[in-house]
Amino acid sequence: MWIWLHRLGSPPYFYRFAGRLLPWLWTACLVCLGVGLYWGLVVAPPDYQQGDSYRIMFIHVPSAWLSLFSYVLMASFSAAALIWRVKVAEVLARSIAPLGASFTFIALVSGSLWGKPMWGTWWVWDARLTSELILLFLYLGFIALASAFDDPRRAARAAGLLAVVGVVNVPIIHFSVQWWNTLHQGPTVSKLGSPSIAFSMLLPLLVMVIALHLYLLAALLQKARCELVARERSSRWVNDLLPGRGVGDELA
Amino acid sequence: MSWHDFLHMGGYGIYVWSAYGVAAVVLIVNALLPVFRFRALRREIERGVQR
Repeated sequence: MWIWLHRLGSPPYFYRFAGRLLPWLWTACLVCLGVGLYWGLVVAPPDYQQGDSYRIMFIHVPSAWLSLFSYVLMASFSAAALIWRVKVAEVLARSIAPLGASFTFIALVSGSLWGKPMWGTWWVWDARLTSELILLFLYLGFIALASAFDDPRRAARAAGLLAVVGVVNVPIIHFSVQWWNTLHQGPTVSKLGSPSIAFSMLLPLLVMVIALHLYLLAALLQKARCELVARERSSRWVNDLLPGRGVGDELA
Repeated sequence: MSWHDFLHMGGYGIYVWSAYGVAAVVLIVNALLPVFRFRALRREIERGVQR
């Protein structure tokens, strides 16, 4: 396991490994997305209180979970990069930031579009919504810092520190609906033992959660490969990828 | 269920489809950006080799 992780830290090995994995990940992601969307938008019954508006949940909840999961991953990659100076970890942290920001953005927008018909307002400054907005700013701050230096390694260190410090926001978001009285509803899925959501709605939600996790992984590997080639463009292994070198793995 | 019912979403169509539309645009852009960047990088590296 450690030996394999160590090998994965080598840019050419990571590049090839991710390249092999990508077609499978994209295929699995598209299959799950197709099943999840059809199940959630067509098959699942309307909610007895919220009618069809609750169907926003199938994109809102997975995006919100992934916005937190991406942040934890970004902070972990950053910590690994700060401690062991692994270049691949720097690249992974830099590559996941825009994806995490995208999920946060989708969670905020879809939540707003759900809040308008259900709560009668697009936005309230309650704990869950505000802490999620701060998460978006943390991502944007990370991206800005990571692009603010000419030296990519210094940029990764500065941005990495922000990512690690910003982890405090993650439990705040997660528990905000329990710690404070908020307009946002409490957890319905993760309550241990007995989720208070009907199976006919829970199953398509889980399929969508799997689909978006696969999306995150595939998009992350794809971005990271690209970023890795950009950083190592003058190195030998990247030049060996050019067509006609007979190595087999092309630049794509 | 008819197409009309599907698009209408019990009166919430505008909210539901806007949410999914925004998500689709953001996710597709994120997936396609590396493809274009790879093309540009490849041209750049090929030029660098010829010099």
